Amino acid sequence: MDMVSFKGIIFIIAALIAVAASVLMATRKNPIHSALWMIVTFFAMAVIYLLLNAQFIAVAQVMVYAGAIMMLILFVIMMVQMEKGGKGDPGETGRSAKTKVAGALITVILFGEMLFGALYYQMTGRSGDYPVAMVNSVGNVRTIGSLLYGQYLFPFEIASILLLVGIVGAVVIAKRKE
Amino acid sequence: MLQEIPSGLCFILSGILFTIGAIGAIIRRNVIVVFMCIELMLNAVNLVFIAAANALSSMDGSVFVFFIMTVAAVEAAVGLAIFVMVFRLQNTVNAYEVHLLKG
Repeated sequence: MDMVSFKGIIFIIAALIAVAASVLMATRKNPIHSALWMIVTFFAMAVIYLLLNAQFIAVAQVMVYAGAIMMLILFVIMMVQMEKGGKGDPGETGRSAKTKVAGALITVILFGEMLFGALYYQMTGRSGDYPVAMVNSVGNVRTIGSLLYGQYLFPFEIASILLLVGIVGAVVIAKRKE
Repeated sequence: MLQEIPSGLCFILSGILFTIGAIGAIIRRNVIVVFMCIELMLNAVNLVFIAAANALSSMDGSVFVFFIMTVAAVEAAVGLAIFVMVFRLQNTVNAYEVHLLKG
């Protein structure tokens, strides 16, 4: 209780699970395994959202990401049956291995910059109107709901139109032409 | 006691996840795995939003993450429809074998 609190222990465990599962996601050969590790990552991140007092987002994360999007991806992986290894796997890698290494190196340099920024950043923003105790006394979902249907009503409606366009677009694109 | 998580830790975790997603998107050839890596990057950004909103005791982070999730869902639907279509046309979803635009 002196060094790390209960929340801290949960955070460290969830963070380690998220990092490990995402590394496994990015490295598995079988795309089904990748998708399942991705679901583990999403659950670990939902736990972290809970620790950060964002209950609504945690539930939405599990429902939208781990439920809907990953289900869609799993279905598409099953429809698009992958070629079973072999066939163009060797030799293909040699063509652009240098490009890949260069891209990965640049990304690691970018990560170093992010780490530097995160370590030395002093948050100077003005504190908002929703301290945790006040939000928890009203309820997190209720606060977000009144914001979404009040201050952010117009973007909310645009988001619904965007979803409608996405549905129609997906059907139109995937429709089999006769 | 139940003290708050320092937001710097969340930023570092988010940076790690974003880097894993970016490297995965660069080195993988299966477009569906690349797509999942992009989703992971979106999630890392969501984590920054939530951590900063929590540190600043603001609610806007949750609202922004809500909209990012909406866009991610639409992107998933349309992107996967495109993958299905590409697979029907080319019989592969390997990113290096789909090069019709090369002429």
